[in-house]
Amino acid sequence: MTTRRKSKTEERLRRILEHEYMPKAEIVPKEEVKEILKQLNAKVFQLPWIRASDPLVRAIGAKPGNVIRIIRKSDTAGVFVTYRFVVPG
Amino acid sequence: MAQTEKTVVREEEIPLKTIKSIKFALLSPDIIRSMSVMEITTSETYDEAGRPMVGGLMDRRLGVVEPGARCETCGNPPDKCPGHFGRIELAKPVIHVEYAKYIYDLLRATCRECGRILLTDEEIEKYRKRLERLRVRWRLLADKLVERIRKKAMERTVCPHCGAKQYKVRFERPYTFYEEKENGVLEKLDPVKIRERLEKIPDSDLELLGWDPKAARPEWAILTVLPVPPPQVRPSIQLETGQRSEDDLTHKLVDIVRVNEKLRTAIESGAPSTVIDQLWDLLQYHVATYFNNELPNLPPVKHRSGRPLKTLAQRLKGKEGRFRGSLSGKRVDFSARTVISPDPNLSINEVGVPIDVAKILTVPMVVTEWNIDLARQLVLNGPEVWPGANYVIYPDGRRVDLRYFRDRRELANKLAPGFVVERHLMNGDIVLFNRQPSLHRMSMMGHLVRVLPGRTFRLHLAVCPPYNADFDGDEMNLHVPQNEEARAEARMLMLVQNHIITPRYGGPIIGARQDYITGGYLLTRKDTFVNKELLMYLLAAANYEGEIDEPAIMHPKELWTGKQVISMLLPKDLNWVQPTAIKESCKDPYNCYTDEYIVIVNGYMATGVLDKKSIGAEQVDSLWHVIVKRYGNDYARKWIDSVLRALLRFLDLRGFTMGIDSLEMPRESYEELAKLYEESERKVFEYIQRYREGKLEAEPGLTVEETLENNITIELSRVREAAARVVEKYINKDSDAYIMAKTGARGSIINITQMVAMIGQQTIRGERFKRGFYGRTTAHFEPGDLGPMAKGFVRNNFKVGLSPIEFFFHAAGGRDGLVDTAVRTAQSGYMQRRLINALQDIYVAYDGTVRSANGSIIQTKYAEDGIDVSKSDHGRLNIDEILRRVGLGG
Repeated sequence: MTTRRKSKTEERLRRILEHEYMPKAEIVPKEEVKEILKQLNAKVFQLPWIRASDPLVRAIGAKPGNVIRIIRKSDTAGVFVTYRFVVPG
Repeated sequence: MAQTEKTVVREEEIPLKTIKSIKFALLSPDIIRSMSVMEITTSETYDEAGRPMVGGLMDRRLGVVEPGARCETCGNPPDKCPGHFGRIELAKPVIHVEYAKYIYDLLRATCRECGRILLTDEEIEKYRKRLERLRVRWRLLADKLVERIRKKAMERTVCPHCGAKQYKVRFERPYTFYEEKENGVLEKLDPVKIRERLEKIPDSDLELLGWDPKAARPEWAILTVLPVPPPQVRPSIQLETGQRSEDDLTHKLVDIVRVNEKLRTAIESGAPSTVIDQLWDLLQYHVATYFNNELPNLPPVKHRSGRPLKTLAQRLKGKEGRFRGSLSGKRVDFSARTVISPDPNLSINEVGVPIDVAKILTVPMVVTEWNIDLARQLVLNGPEVWPGANYVIYPDGRRVDLRYFRDRRELANKLAPGFVVERHLMNGDIVLFNRQPSLHRMSMMGHLVRVLPGRTFRLHLAVCPPYNADFDGDEMNLHVPQNEEARAEARMLMLVQNHIITPRYGGPIIGARQDYITGGYLLTRKDTFVNKELLMYLLAAANYEGEIDEPAIMHPKELWTGKQVISMLLPKDLNWVQPTAIKESCKDPYNCYTDEYIVIVNGYMATGVLDKKSIGAEQVDSLWHVIVKRYGNDYARKWIDSVLRALLRFLDLRGFTMGIDSLEMPRESYEELAKLYEESERKVFEYIQRYREGKLEAEPGLTVEETLENNITIELSRVREAAARVVEKYINKDSDAYIMAKTGARGSIINITQMVAMIGQQTIRGERFKRGFYGRTTAHFEPGDLGPMAKGFVRNNFKVGLSPIEFFFHAAGGRDGLVDTAVRTAQSGYMQRRLINALQDIYVAYDGTVRSANGSIIQTKYAEDGIDVSKSDHGRLNIDEILRRVGLGG
């Protein structure tokens, strides 16, 4: 019973990713994080934060401490790639 | 006179310290006592002889403010004595009002018996660990957790440590606490009881609740001893009558001391507890209002005159308070303010300064061997003759006021390099000029002084848009920079010509308006010819020094076209094509013979007319914009100065006005208009008929009434548009009003339509009139009349005049519009204030990221495309222009 309910939520979470207004998001592998931070001249916590409870974060299964990459449409730049640091909460 | 000798503190003697952090804490009773030099024991301030009472609030030991007196604590005269705190030992403790909320939180989160936090040991341990971890780096999350811990503790009804039952604590603003017993009986918690409970809370439990017990034990928020600030903080003023007037704070402290004395004697004489409680409560009231005299549910303490006293919180709060009034904003010297008026003969860089102002504002001029002759002459002229000087400063720092100096000739001869002469403001000095509200950086620009007769500041009309100024009584401020660094910055960075381009979108914010545009159009029109005399006038006005082009017509008289005049003023290597404001049907600029496109070939204006689209302010991709961008600020300034002067001179000599004759239309046009209206009215009544019969169908999301209202509104706005088209068709294209509307100088077709054809629907809050009598707007209509006239449609025009009812609707609609703008500006002003406060610390870092003050990233690339809007064309890169510049494009 509980497993079924859980999988249903998971299913729903996965489905939100398919909506066209949802930006593409993925977890950045640990090795790559270093590179990105160096490129941006920043420490991890200086990246914009996103809560672990955010549906997008839950949908892609990111955990606090992860860095996620967000690829979204932008009025000014066409496509824009940005990063978020996942925090607890 | 040894005392007047100036003590010069050299900069290197001032110790340099960096503030690393600031910590706020509570004063403990021990600290209050140890920092106080005396106890205030009497409410009397002065004895009969007018001397301060010993032990009173004006005791000499607290410090002195009167000249000649010496402080009895430090022995210093008033200017050296910093003042010393005293104290009032309260007969019974009282609550510090501003901490009442936190006391309330603690009372609910801790046990009434043992003082422990209402959490089990396991919970305490769990939260302590989490808090410790978060405190290191996640301060904000730590605060959130504290909140959660407190909520959780407050839910408990039985203490997990001693098992005592917890009662509900009630808080009645501003400082009364009750405990609600089982049977619903309220029992008052007096400050003594509260203090006992707070004392019992262990330090470790306080940390979980967000307190730092080393800096602030909660029981310190219940006052047992009150610090008394020295008279420097609350100086008394001597009135002309010789009477003393005390500061509001002193009045308040006198009240506190008086009640405190009464309470003490009452306790000592064993008075009944009701009397004691009454006095205690009064003491609490006075101490509370001493901190804040605007507390909810408390009457403010009033002065004899009925004015509420300004106590501690009132000194800090609000626009006039310490922060916004004294620290963030101050009154300054070397500034002037007066009404502004226009002067088209100035340069846009200049400001006209009244001679009376120039004789008061000064610039410090260091005397050197190169300017010593000028300096002597200025000193000789003195403060009353412009250009003169008001002060002379000797190399040793002595300052001489020339107003009271007899022998100026002798002083002038004494001048030598190293003296400083504070001379009058002179032509060519740089000053800062400002108009409130200072919403953007162009609200304060550097201008060059032009001293003029009269009593107003004069400025060029083309700089009105950045200041958003007009001349209906506007006043502006002027500031004179006092050192070389400030003058250099003003000249290089703030000068008007460096702000022609606004950073908001990269277009010119300074430019031609109104009559300049009319003049530009009239001069460059095809049928405008200029004879030699006029040409000389125009080129003289433009300060033109070049060759005169060959006239377009040689015989019988030499005549030049208006376009030729402009061509002479254009740079010789300019090529430019753009549409004009009167562009209608032409598609190809090179095959348009109706002047709908401006074509400039090698600085020769071949076709087109000047209008708002080409020389107007706030027009992107215009002739004017391109001149600023290609030829630079300095050239652009000279160009606009001379062109605008020429255009105005032309308009001046030609003559331009607007009268009733420019609003004439033929009879048949009025017949057409009448038909239009009747047609529409018929349709409206048709709709109403259908609605009455219940045949009108509701549109999706709307009621039937709304549908009807919608249809009527659409129909009536259609009439106005149709009327505008009729006006376009019949109005004299050479009429002054039409020229102004078409070129963008002033007004629009709608304005003309309202004058000659039909004013149209009046609205209140965007809807047709509906309020007034029951079922109707005024008593002139039948209840339930939904027709155009009954709901504020004005059929007449301004030329014919309005009927009384129409006049009423028009007035009401006009007032609604005024109220609306007033409300909107207030709202948007406040919103902008909040936005600026929230965003002031973010910046674009050198690596292109946008960061906040602590270096955390807001955007990984500015605006996501990294474009500097102020150097772009409306936020975009103009690839064609870049190609042209590198020589690859047309």
